Amino acid sequence: MKVSVLQFPGTNCEYDTKYAFEKLGAEVVIVWHEETTLPEGTTLVVAPGGFSYGDYLRSGALAKFAPIMDAVKTYAANGGKVLGICNGFQILTETGLLPGALKRNDNLHFISKHHHLKVVNNENSFLQELEIGEIVNIPVAHHDGNFFIENDGLEELQKNGQILLQYCNEKGENQVLNGSVEQIAGVCNKEKNVFGLMPHPERAMEMLLGCDDGVKMLQGLLK
Amino acid sequence: MKAIINIGLKKGVLDSAGKAAHHTLDTVGFKEIVKDVRIGKQIVMELNCSNEADAKDEATKMCEQLLANTVIEDYDITIEA
Repeated sequence: MKVSVLQFPGTNCEYDTKYAFEKLGAEVVIVWHEETTLPEGTTLVVAPGGFSYGDYLRSGALAKFAPIMDAVKTYAANGGKVLGICNGFQILTETGLLPGALKRNDNLHFISKHHHLKVVNNENSFLQELEIGEIVNIPVAHHDGNFFIENDGLEELQKNGQILLQYCNEKGENQVLNGSVEQIAGVCNKEKNVFGLMPHPERAMEMLLGCDDGVKMLQGLLK
Repeated sequence: MKAIINIGLKKGVLDSAGKAAHHTLDTVGFKEIVKDVRIGKQIVMELNCSNEADAKDEATKMCEQLLANTVIEDYDITIEA
């Protein structure tokens, strides 16, 4: 398995992401944004967290025109798996590879803490190792994580099983974190090969750091 | 030609920053006066275009491709000679 982790100016989670996938047995290559092709044999592309291009204009807006993104779009169009975490999720919505948009958190705060998430759909390679309704505890760290989509789009997501995760409390009851429509924390595209979420599973890989719920999330992508 | 572009959240999309500013204006004595507050951004560009119609077309393309995210934002373009 070869994981290509994208690196833009301002990305800051690429090494955590590399560590996480190496721990799961994958070969990991960090790919600079000025490259125009993905490494041969790539089986997963990850757009990691951070502040690409300083979040100027809008989070993720400038990264969509980085040279490497044409290759990522072609890779996704051919069925290749792509995961966007946090700023990576923002980049994938800006690029149009994922539906919706990520707004400033309703309370205007940068929110950084562990939060419970509930699995909504698992008929996809990302969450196949988890049960529907299963609760994981994963760190969130974002300012612009407030997922918005118009009602028609939301109905499409529900109908096609594209809602991956919702913010909840430890009992699994939906809980407002940042103002996201339906408390959505992550979605995928209709074809179920492009995934995005605001929380950081790559930061939940070791009990030493408080939680390893990220392991069963990320390993699904390597199967 | 100068293009002045105002970008803001669409009607129906909660503008938290506008709401917070509105609340503060209420508390400092403008409660009876302020009906609504919306916060957006303004982008001013000098364009190398020879007429207003071309300038507006080019600015519209820029908004659609990059400057606005039309999932959540509206934009308004004014061209000045």
